[in-house]
Amino acid sequence: MVVPTEHDLPPEIRALQSEMAKIARGYGLDFPDTIFEFVDYDEMSMMAAYGGFPVRYPHWRFGAQYDELSKGYSYGLQKIYEMVINTDPCYAYLLNCNGMTDQKLVIAHVYGHGDFFKHNAWFQGTNVRMLDQMANHAARINRYIDRYGYEPVEQFIDACLSIEDLIDPHSVHIRRRPDLKRIAAKRAQQEQEQEEDEHGLEGTRGRFAAKEYMDPYINPPAILHAENEERRRFDTARAAERRFPEEPQRDVMLFLLEHAPLRDWQHDILAIIRDEAYYFAPQGMTKIMNEGWASYWHSTIMTRHGLTDAEVVDYADHHSGTMAMSGRRLNPYKIGIELYRDIEERWNRGQFGAEWNSCDDEEEKKHWNTNAGLGREKIFEVRKIHNDVTFVDSFLTEEFCRKHKLFSFAYNEQEKTYEIASREFQEIKAHLLNSLTNHGRPFISVVDGNYKNRGELYLRHEYQGIELKPDYAQATLTNLHRLWGRPVHIETVMDDRMRVLGFDGTRHEVVG
Amino acid sequence: MTSGIDRDLKRFQEIVRGKIRRDLKQYVNHGEMLGRKGRETVSIPVPSIDIPHFVHGDKGNGGSAQGDGEIGQPLGPGQEQDSPGTAGDDPGRHVREVEISIAELADILGQELELPHIEPKGQDSLTSKKDRYKTISRHGPNSLRHFKRTYKEALKRQVATGVYNADDPVIIPTREDERFRSWKSEFEPQANAAILYVMDVSGSMTDDQKTIVRAESFWIDAWLQRQYDGIQRRYIVHDAVAHEVDEETFYRVKESGGTRISSAYQKVMEVITRDFPAADWNLYLFQFSDGDNWGDDNSQLLTEHLLPVCNLFCYGQVESPYGSGDYIRELKTLSEKYENMVLSEIPNQEAIYESIKQFLGRGR
Repeated sequence: MVVPTEHDLPPEIRALQSEMAKIARGYGLDFPDTIFEFVDYDEMSMMAAYGGFPVRYPHWRFGAQYDELSKGYSYGLQKIYEMVINTDPCYAYLLNCNGMTDQKLVIAHVYGHGDFFKHNAWFQGTNVRMLDQMANHAARINRYIDRYGYEPVEQFIDACLSIEDLIDPHSVHIRRRPDLKRIAAKRAQQEQEQEEDEHGLEGTRGRFAAKEYMDPYINPPAILHAENEERRRFDTARAAERRFPEEPQRDVMLFLLEHAPLRDWQHDILAIIRDEAYYFAPQGMTKIMNEGWASYWHSTIMTRHGLTDAEVVDYADHHSGTMAMSGRRLNPYKIGIELYRDIEERWNRGQFGAEWNSCDDEEEKKHWNTNAGLGREKIFEVRKIHNDVTFVDSFLTEEFCRKHKLFSFAYNEQEKTYEIASREFQEIKAHLLNSLTNHGRPFISVVDGNYKNRGELYLRHEYQGIELKPDYAQATLTNLHRLWGRPVHIETVMDDRMRVLGFDGTRHEVVG
Repeated sequence: MTSGIDRDLKRFQEIVRGKIRRDLKQYVNHGEMLGRKGRETVSIPVPSIDIPHFVHGDKGNGGSAQGDGEIGQPLGPGQEQDSPGTAGDDPGRHVREVEISIAELADILGQELELPHIEPKGQDSLTSKKDRYKTISRHGPNSLRHFKRTYKEALKRQVATGVYNADDPVIIPTREDERFRSWKSEFEPQANAAILYVMDVSGSMTDDQKTIVRAESFWIDAWLQRQYDGIQRRYIVHDAVAHEVDEETFYRVKESGGTRISSAYQKVMEVITRDFPAADWNLYLFQFSDGDNWGDDNSQLLTEHLLPVCNLFCYGQVESPYGSGDYIRELKTLSEKYENMVLSEIPNQEAIYESIKQFLGRGR
């Protein structure tokens, strides 16, 4: 088992660390204590494959990741400069073969991440002691492997991972379901009423308060009886109609935890994988903001404080490498840092508010400057309350799109290629938001856990113009069936028609 | 204890190997390895192995990006790309190139085709000398000093001379006590093997046929190499006359003209007498042709001189639009008499897999 490597930091790096920390704090960055580990590329690849944690449960996909990373490095295709994990104290890994300039840049970058983890609202629910938690998960799964064998456990993990994205990342902040205590209280009341109903008319339901001698007049038995009958009919009808779950539920993993026929160890593994999915979810939701924030700070700190003359070229080279755009991929580092700078600029010049919005004069807008000087303050606020979707929604402007040559692209079915679709601001923004919402994944909920009254599972894909990839959908259904144990279905849209893909354990079918 | 990532990597590699095993037939038939020869390992493209999720397909998909370009300008094919639009979090899902050694590939082939291991011809006349560290000498470099033996010698000497004191057991080895690990030369019987490839390059053999021959010989090489330590290869091409050529030329050469198979047999005999005396060598003769032969030519040389000395004679007949394919019929009449003769018809690339099984399935 691997433990944190705990190589001693070379003294010059340590000096760098305290210097950088001082500068960063001077700018108002507030980050947890950060422990830097000095690792070689092999260890770095391992950490990256493990998502930054030194101990994870055994699974081949980590090996696949590691293989890809270490090969990519040895062929000179890619290099990971740094890794930070969202814990307190914060752990960060530095690559020991990096030059001094790189180390400085990386340390400054890491402090940016540390500040973001600590202050961004979406991270507030995450466990800052995840290092222990992950090791704990690994220990539990290792125990199951010892007891039930490697392959059954691995197969089960594969199945769980197949639906690891079917969670509800917003549920941390929203109460989707009533409190369990209230449910219990309500249920007790219902039971009481039911009991009374069963004993005929003696119940209290539907009765008006009345003195005993007046009772037969105020609460005529015949009418009470009729009302009770009516009510009972209504209740049974509603019970028959009642869906399970009552509302479509996005947290499919939770639904399975509560209702799938799992053995104890399977239940525990599913819970572990769901925990980890929730832990990593905010990082997926704030990729642009987080990387942009860290890049903003490494560039600010480096260009104003960190660099000696000899280091400028190295720094510029690596900074621009990180910011490079390629193909049809939007570089989150680049888009993030530019948006922060744009916001800072606009709030410094007072380009916001009703007056600015109502101004139509292009020329006036160009030279608009109220010397508001609120830029820095604003971006600190932004990093606290936004996630990628709201960040782009609130701050992407038409001017920004033009300046950075953004475009939207779409799939051309005839040509089987992606091509540039538009340079219209609204189009670009809509496409960008689409690809960020739910991390670019389809929205899927459990609609019925007792489909056809046969205990089959029925999911619904909320079609928003993009079809599911059919072979992946089928393979995922196969895995889902392994968890649910009964036939599974997903409702989606294919070729503009509603279809239901199903898998009953032996055969895939498409209905509709 | 190995670290976690090694264990995960190993598991992943097992899964990849399993995948290769499942798709082996496709690799064999479609000559994916061609041009990758001459190295210890080959890279095989394996379709990505990942965990399925509900994901968006291409249809109706799109996103935003940055750069120059006109509206309608294509950005690249839809397939085998990173899923677009997800702002760069997951690593890309590419087709993975997996490094695998040829030896291992041969093992997989052997298991899949259920090829028997080859019993070399029983001859021990040829030996090779090998040095093994399995003895002790009184001289040697310090790095090879055998501590236990040295200690024992010193102890024996001290006990014998009465210097040894049980209450204060200090053992001091002297120069004479020192013992060193040392090697001994051993002679080991060695099975030598040679493969002779013969190909018809007459006008009726087209590139398609040659591709088949090339794929077959790659796998034959791989398998036999796994069975014998050092293996020699010779290449002979023929039309009406035969030439010995190097490997490169073998696959490239383009001739025209008639076909006289016996000329090739003549050449093979020359090579065997010159390089591979039949008493010492396991000889494998693979012949590929479209089955066209000169009218009055015959297989007399083969039956009289070659079949008696070869472990295996394989004749693969590829189907050509021009060849008559008569030769295999002629050989079929002989095949009952010679059990080391294997005939196989290879109509197209799909048949390579079966044909290899026929050739190597004899375990000779």
